[in-house]
Amino acid sequence: MAGNRLLYIGAITAIAFETLFTFASPLVIRETIDSIIGDKLFSDWSILQSLSQLIGAPTITQQTIWACALILVILSLFRGIFTYLNGRWSAKASESIARNMRDELYLHLQSVPVKFYSEWKIGDLIQRCTSDVETVRKFLSIQVVQVGKSLLMLAIIIPILVSLNAKMALVSMVTIPLILTFAVLFFLKIKSVFQIADESEGFMSAVLQENLTGIRVVRAFARQDFEMDKFDERNTAYRDNVYRLIKILGTYWGLSDLLIYSQTGLVLVVGTYWTIDGQLTLGTLVAFVSYVEFLLWPIRQTGRTLTDLGKAFVSLDRIRKILNESLEDMSGWSDETTKISGNIEFKNTGFRYDEKTPVLEDISFNINSGDTVVIVGPTGSGKSTLANLLPRLWDYTNGSVLIDGRELNTIGRKYIRQQIGIVLQEPFLYSKSLIDNIRLGKITNPGESEIFEASRIAAIHEEIETFEKGYETLVGERGVTLSGGQKQRIAIARAIIQDPPILIFDDSLSALDTETETRIREALISRKGKRTTIVIAHRLTTAVNADMVIVLENGQVSQSGKHEQLIRMDGLYKRLWTMQTLPVQVINDNQQSRSQN
Amino acid sequence: MNTKQNFQEIDFNKQLDSRTWSKVLSFAKIYKKTMILLGLFMMFVAAVDIVMPLMTRHAIDHFITPQNYDGLMGFGLLYLAIGMFQALNVAVFIMLAGKVETGVSYNIRKAGFSKLQELSYSYYDHTPVGWLMARMTSDTAKLSEIIAWGLVDLVWGFTLMTGIAIVMLIMNLKLALIVLSVVPLLAWISKKFQVLILKSYREVRKTNSKITASFNEGIMGAVTSKTLVREDANLFEFEKLTGKMFASSFRAAVQSAIFLPLVQIFSMIGTALAIWFGGSGVIAGDISYGMLVMFLSYAAFFFIPIQELARVFAELQNAQAAAERIITLIETKPEIVDAEGIGSPPLQELKGKICFENVNFEYKKGQSILKDFNLDVEPGSSIALVGETGGGKTSIISLICRFYEPTSGSILIDDLDYRNYPLQWLQSNFGVVLQTPHLFSGTIIENIRYGKLDATDDEIISAAQAVKADAFIQSLPDKYDTEVSEGGTNLSTGQKQLISLARAIIANPSILIMDEATSSVDTETERSIQNAIEVLVKGRTSFIIAHRLSTIRNADRILVIESGKIIESGDHDELIFKNGKYFDLYNHQYRNEKVGSLLSAKE
Repeated sequence: MAGNRLLYIGAITAIAFETLFTFASPLVIRETIDSIIGDKLFSDWSILQSLSQLIGAPTITQQTIWACALILVILSLFRGIFTYLNGRWSAKASESIARNMRDELYLHLQSVPVKFYSEWKIGDLIQRCTSDVETVRKFLSIQVVQVGKSLLMLAIIIPILVSLNAKMALVSMVTIPLILTFAVLFFLKIKSVFQIADESEGFMSAVLQENLTGIRVVRAFARQDFEMDKFDERNTAYRDNVYRLIKILGTYWGLSDLLIYSQTGLVLVVGTYWTIDGQLTLGTLVAFVSYVEFLLWPIRQTGRTLTDLGKAFVSLDRIRKILNESLEDMSGWSDETTKISGNIEFKNTGFRYDEKTPVLEDISFNINSGDTVVIVGPTGSGKSTLANLLPRLWDYTNGSVLIDGRELNTIGRKYIRQQIGIVLQEPFLYSKSLIDNIRLGKITNPGESEIFEASRIAAIHEEIETFEKGYETLVGERGVTLSGGQKQRIAIARAIIQDPPILIFDDSLSALDTETETRIREALISRKGKRTTIVIAHRLTTAVNADMVIVLENGQVSQSGKHEQLIRMDGLYKRLWTMQTLPVQVINDNQQSRSQN
Repeated sequence: MNTKQNFQEIDFNKQLDSRTWSKVLSFAKIYKKTMILLGLFMMFVAAVDIVMPLMTRHAIDHFITPQNYDGLMGFGLLYLAIGMFQALNVAVFIMLAGKVETGVSYNIRKAGFSKLQELSYSYYDHTPVGWLMARMTSDTAKLSEIIAWGLVDLVWGFTLMTGIAIVMLIMNLKLALIVLSVVPLLAWISKKFQVLILKSYREVRKTNSKITASFNEGIMGAVTSKTLVREDANLFEFEKLTGKMFASSFRAAVQSAIFLPLVQIFSMIGTALAIWFGGSGVIAGDISYGMLVMFLSYAAFFFIPIQELARVFAELQNAQAAAERIITLIETKPEIVDAEGIGSPPLQELKGKICFENVNFEYKKGQSILKDFNLDVEPGSSIALVGETGGGKTSIISLICRFYEPTSGSILIDDLDYRNYPLQWLQSNFGVVLQTPHLFSGTIIENIRYGKLDATDDEIISAAQAVKADAFIQSLPDKYDTEVSEGGTNLSTGQKQLISLARAIIANPSILIMDEATSSVDTETERSIQNAIEVLVKGRTSFIIAHRLSTIRNADRILVIESGKIIESGDHDELIFKNGKYFDLYNHQYRNEKVGSLLSAKE
């Protein structure tokens, strides 16, 4: 930020010089008219004389009037240099502030706790990160400079005008307070009109968006005419509101033009009168006519500047709201050189999102390094929450969890996450090529053969090969739409290539058929290396060979043990197993249900 | 998607395409008079701009030089009158341009929207909603802006330039030629820079949309990024984008920062030439002081219209891409239209007899979905379609709805080829319930009324009662007036499905088409949906892509579809007895449902 402040100081300084050079040329023209072309004597201090001495020219006479022209061009060259520097520096400052803001927001959004994402709406977040940043950027790049320029202009122009002729200076500025008040009041007043126009644009595009996403329903009910009427209403409202705004703006610019013409007219008429009087020279009059133009333009913009200032502060506030959210604590024990071995112990662990409702209660079990554990249970019983505790996406609120004997809460989040591969229920793929999506599972850049192997284990390799662009196929809006099962398998390949000591499948085999699931499981087992595997499953086929099955009900462990044990105990597991292995009795069952009807 | 790529690259050296622009201008047709008037007022504005320096000259030559006060007051009043005239011009031209701008964009949107209501299903299958939104919003805005304000700048710029040039040439030919000598170079530089700057801004916009997408991805994928410890890597990639954004924005700003002083220097050269040669002229007594000052003003003023004109031409080239995209959208021919000579719809209601006669169907050439498909359905019977995904169930339904038409062969409804019915009338006889219910924003009652626009409140309530949606609606705080937010997020999927069923039943369609939802809803809602479907199906020909056993069992006829063929057909008992494909499917589904109901049981 310090660098940017320096840039702004530089930009403002450049504006000061730019303004000086801008204001010098009417003075040069004035002296040229009065003392070169005309016969007035040069005053004690003459800008023309000083400048001509600077460029080494002798005293300018009527014969060397070209020197005046040359001085004008040189002045505008200098002015150009400073205009350029101002443009360059202020752009650099505002653009790099915008860049920092974007980077900071992005990093922040990556580093907030998981809770954050359920509390904010994604559309709102994106709006803050994009349009609000843009509003601030625009203000910084255009208005800050504009305000600086206006103030400097006034600061420089007023003394010049007063020194030229105090009375005339007063005449040149007489309507300024009026124009200023008018500009400010007007923009304050039409704020609401702006807002209405903005809102009606929103309404219109909402109807449009809804129509396009629901086009199938529209067709199904043949409601095209109805929809056209609905859209037409919004479209008309939008047109009328914007037109109303433009009409008001037209009035504003017309009126402020009138004020400005009155001011220039006043200068011309009064100036002419005093020139005839001899109080002013012709050159001075011409200078005043030019200066008045310089003076009026920035003042006319004041109302707008103030509106933009207001908007910028609102936006800045909205951005700050995100940046004030606290971040995940990334501190804690870590040992980058060694992998954990994967012993997991839950001891009376409990978790609740808020004070009231416990999600997990009194969970206790042990998983030995290298074991495969299957967790089953009804929807909402807390299976996913349990899985999310391990990579510290959420922190347990009661009891303890030990990983290799170390309290999980004291292990650094980054470290433990590197040690755990988790495939989420609804896997997320990045909008990159398939190969890059798998590759990024591993920190050290894996080679092609390694990637192919991982996707073979995940039973997706052959399918990828059938795609037109194979592994280079892009994911997301600009690429293919993958089915849920394909996404899951790519996410599995991504977790496999990570080769973590603990691997968690959070219901991520659900979109796959039994055969594919079995293939993946067998491939995983036959793969070298030992890892603790936790599978949250709906199908019990996964559970048959597990070292342990945990049944969760209502946030508590209701049963645990090996498959053989559990099918002999009364409880949910046994009931599930009976259902899934139901002998084919459907004809009878069906006849029953018919007779019931 | 392909259309998207075709238009992505804009060639800035490309000539303006009169065909495209004349089509765009057709949307401004009804504003022809307004636009002529607008042009006229812009000429007034330019005229005043030309006159003002003449006023200064007059003041100097008639009052100051001869030291004459007479008429100064009148002169002041004239000046004020001209000022008032100009203020009026400015207010009027802004209003006129506003009228044209808002009106043209209204017209384009209206045409676009009604085209979108006409276009065939296949169009939506391969055109992303986001793409269409961009055409209807930002492209349209850009076009109407350039039509209205481009006209303003063009007329004003040309009038001002020619006007000033003419006045100068008349006043003093030699001096005018000298001052104007910088114009060609200035015009050339302006044009070059405006194109450069616009190109940079295009780059900025492109990068900007990538940044938005990145934010979206960063938030959507945040949890995944955490588990993969990708935060730093993501930030690294993101910083590349913001770095690019910085570079291109900065480049655009620097280009402007070079361009502006260049223009100023050139215009100052004009002024300098005026003072050099004009000054010498005054000394020699050839020209008056007033004339000199007037030339000085004109020389300083001349660069503004040049700059503006260069900008407008560059923007026109840039906007041409938007124009082409919109014209393409509006000129897209729907694939399914009424055949010529189809008059008013038949008076009697459809009975609902449906026949497929040797129907062949393919989405893309060479990728056959249905081959020589035949099917007869009696009015009032219910048909369940079962079979694996990709077997052709959805295609059959799309064909019946005439979302697509057979590639060859024909579909008869009530013994008449359905291409002989008016499309919209035909489709209004179908009730279609989709797998994922779509509700519109508005209240529940409005959503149900969508099925029958003139339905009374009582009719709506009894429709809701028929599908057993009344109970849960009554339990909501605002009952039937509960607002359904965009996409209907405040209701559960099951509840939304019930509302969509009420909407379907109130339309009282002759033929019902349903794609049953697979997503699991709680057991109770599932039961009400099931009941609702039974109510709905009664007495109508219905086609259901069925997933639930109860739906399947209750159907009059079950069709097992595989690879575009009916491999088994009959009622439940017959098919179970056959011990074939249906038997397997049924058993599989039976187990799934049992396990599902156990796992989603209430806690």
